[in-house]
Amino acid sequence: MNKTDNDMKRRWLSLFVENRIGVLARVSGLLSGKSYNIHSLTVGETENPEVSRMTVCLDADDRTYEQITKQFNRSVEVIKVIDFTNLSIRTKEVMFIKVSGLNDRGRAELFQMAQAFKFRIKDMDSDSVLVEAVRTEIKNDSILNAIRSRFTNLEVVRGGPVAIESISMQDR
Amino acid sequence: MTKITGNEFFVKALQEEGVEHIFAYPGACVIEIFDEIYKQTQFDLILPRHEQGLIHAAEGYARSTGKPGVCLVTSGPGATNLVTGIADANLDSVPLVCFTGQVATGLIGNDTFQEVDIVGITRNISKYSIMVRDRAELNTAIKEAFYIATTGRPGPVLVDLPKDVMAEIGSDIYPEKVNLRGYKPNTKIHDRQISKAINMIYKAKRPMFLLGGGVKIARAVKDMTALMEKSEIPVVTTIMGKGSVPTNSPLYYGNVGMHGCYAANNGVNSCDLLISIGTRFNDRITGKLGTFATEAKIIHIDIDTASISKNVTVDVPLVGDAGEAIRKMLKAAEERGACETGKWRKQLEEWQIAEPLQQEEKEKLVPKQIIDAINELYDEPIVTTDVGQNQMWTTQFFEIYGRRQLITSGGLGTMGYGLPSSIGVAIGNPGRDVISISGDGGFQMNSQELATAVSEGLPITACIFNNGYLGMVRQWQDLFYNKSYAGTCLLRRKGRECDVNLRKGTKHCNGRKAECYPYIPDFVKLAESYGAQGIRVTKKEEIAEAFAKAKAKKDGPTVIEFMIQDEELVFPMIKPGGPITDLITGM
Ligand SMILES: Cc1ncc(C[n+]2csc(CCOP(=O)(O)OP(=O)(O)O)c2C)c(N)n1
Ligand SMILES: [Mg+2]
Repeated sequence: MNKTDNDMKRRWLSLFVENRIGVLARVSGLLSGKSYNIHSLTVGETENPEVSRMTVCLDADDRTYEQITKQFNRSVEVIKVIDFTNLSIRTKEVMFIKVSGLNDRGRAELFQMAQAFKFRIKDMDSDSVLVEAVRTEIKNDSILNAIRSRFTNLEVVRGGPVAIESISMQDR
Repeated sequence: MTKITGNEFFVKALQEEGVEHIFAYPGACVIEIFDEIYKQTQFDLILPRHEQGLIHAAEGYARSTGKPGVCLVTSGPGATNLVTGIADANLDSVPLVCFTGQVATGLIGNDTFQEVDIVGITRNISKYSIMVRDRAELNTAIKEAFYIATTGRPGPVLVDLPKDVMAEIGSDIYPEKVNLRGYKPNTKIHDRQISKAINMIYKAKRPMFLLGGGVKIARAVKDMTALMEKSEIPVVTTIMGKGSVPTNSPLYYGNVGMHGCYAANNGVNSCDLLISIGTRFNDRITGKLGTFATEAKIIHIDIDTASISKNVTVDVPLVGDAGEAIRKMLKAAEERGACETGKWRKQLEEWQIAEPLQQEEKEKLVPKQIIDAINELYDEPIVTTDVGQNQMWTTQFFEIYGRRQLITSGGLGTMGYGLPSSIGVAIGNPGRDVISISGDGGFQMNSQELATAVSEGLPITACIFNNGYLGMVRQWQDLFYNKSYAGTCLLRRKGRECDVNLRKGTKHCNGRKAECYPYIPDFVKLAESYGAQGIRVTKKEEIAEAFAKAKAKKDGPTVIEFMIQDEELVFPMIKPGGPITDLITGM
């Protein structure tokens, strides 16, 4: 009875929502209003311009997670909720890192890292380089850590992961 | 199809919905809608005196009739004044459709005069809220608003109407159907789950029904009563659920929760099967989570999936209409007969005898005397309450059976609810006796609504339990805060002894003294100034006469101010945050 679950883990939700003003506010407001902490939330239009899809990533225990999905399910603006936590999915996140204050050696090192870590150099000038990584969130974490360990003058922008159910190959 | 303006369509839509009364307060952004309402006679317009009073009236109307309450207010302050009522309706599942005027779409975002983002403000406290941005969307928006408000778990829906959209010409066709892909309320009860539940019921040794507000919302009181009688399973209720079965039934053991009775709270904690219907196990019911119904398996029936397993882990969840679930259980009970609950009921009765709900007579009036009088002198009253001690006493002592109803602000606990909600009740139930019960604090939060009752000629009996205090808060100070009565005396006046003492650092007011000013305000005079009948009752012997006078007044409201024992407390009481077996009985 009344078991207290201490099974915090990372969860993935894909929400189909009405593509309308206020719907993002409704979804994020629902999470914040109930003090649910989200890790990331991304949103964009789908093949149907009337529908947007959100990828919500959060850490929660079973009970909280169940509440969250129920709350979404009963929201008028939310058309469908898919729980990606235990499904085979493909995820990607866009991350930009601007590394500044570089000398020639530093730049060369960054180019080498780009090869090894599979990210791209998209832009540069005499002392800065713009890195673009489109990988899973975890791999982006590693890339960022690697760059951080070698360079100090960074500007980082991350988009949060988007996810889709995979056809045959999982990548999360 | 002829083309009509949004304002014209608004009126047409309400007529199509069969709306009979609209609770409305005018202003610049809705004046054209008012103009259209003026041209028709199918529904009438009630003008409360404050938008908070307005929405509580709509709530009273909706709760007592089961029909949606319809509100119309202007933009800006008109809209923000609705906010408390929207939150109240949301927590208590009251179907409301609230229309708010809005500045013209071209001006939105400019901090225009009387512009507020009311959709944003109410997003998290309403069932649904939306701005109509295009005349072409207006027709479906109104249809959907009524549909969403009244189906599934009912609740408040807000529709924001920009002035320019309403002036535009468009279709006059009110849609027959809605097509909401994100909203498909589930009412059907799952057959396998209900069979499982029924089997558990017949296996249990100490089964118990815990009924919340959902049984009444589902209009399933008759079937529930039959189920209780056929199955012989004892029933307890939340305060919202009181009246789900007749309170004078021998199988009914009272309310559970913070001020519930000993037998009911003990019962919940000793039963081996709790069948709860239409309640979300809010903290005022369960006490400390993890200590509630520890010996029981729990069957939980609720229309709202999100209410299930929110606060208490449930063994058999059943999502769907309470009425349907009750009827299925009733059918089983008719076939299988009564459960063997004789021994269990005997135990409950022993607890009932050991700690009955009671209140000793005192020098001054005690609330039970007043509520007993209502029980005796009225056949089928509809009683509304305010919030505080007055509410708890009413929910403890008011007997509900037949067509009697109790309407109270349970989820939000909104002071100022009693009087205005009774106005909506009276409007929706002509010919019925309508009584509101308020404290002297809460009454003053919406006392302006006496004007509405007078204007509409409503024979409401507004009872004030005057103890001179914000009694319920003072009770907590009395029991848990070392009798430090900070900000709970309603009679304090600058320069008088209590005030001087306070300045000297003697923190206590030490209770009522002869020199205390007796009235701020004089409620009898206040009533009379509105053209209402005002009566003050100080002795037990005067109670019946006062109610007789109130009944005799058919064309307007009566205020009865009962001067009650000022330091009376509500017992029993569970210590806030404590387990529900930890009862303070006050004896
Ligand atoms: C709008 C609002 N403000 C504050 C409270 C907190 N509160 C709960 S009961 C209470 C005291 C009510 O006093 P009164 O209306 O005189 O009723 P009594 O308890 O004395 O019967 C207060 C302040 C509330 N419930 N609602
Ligand atoms: Mg009081």
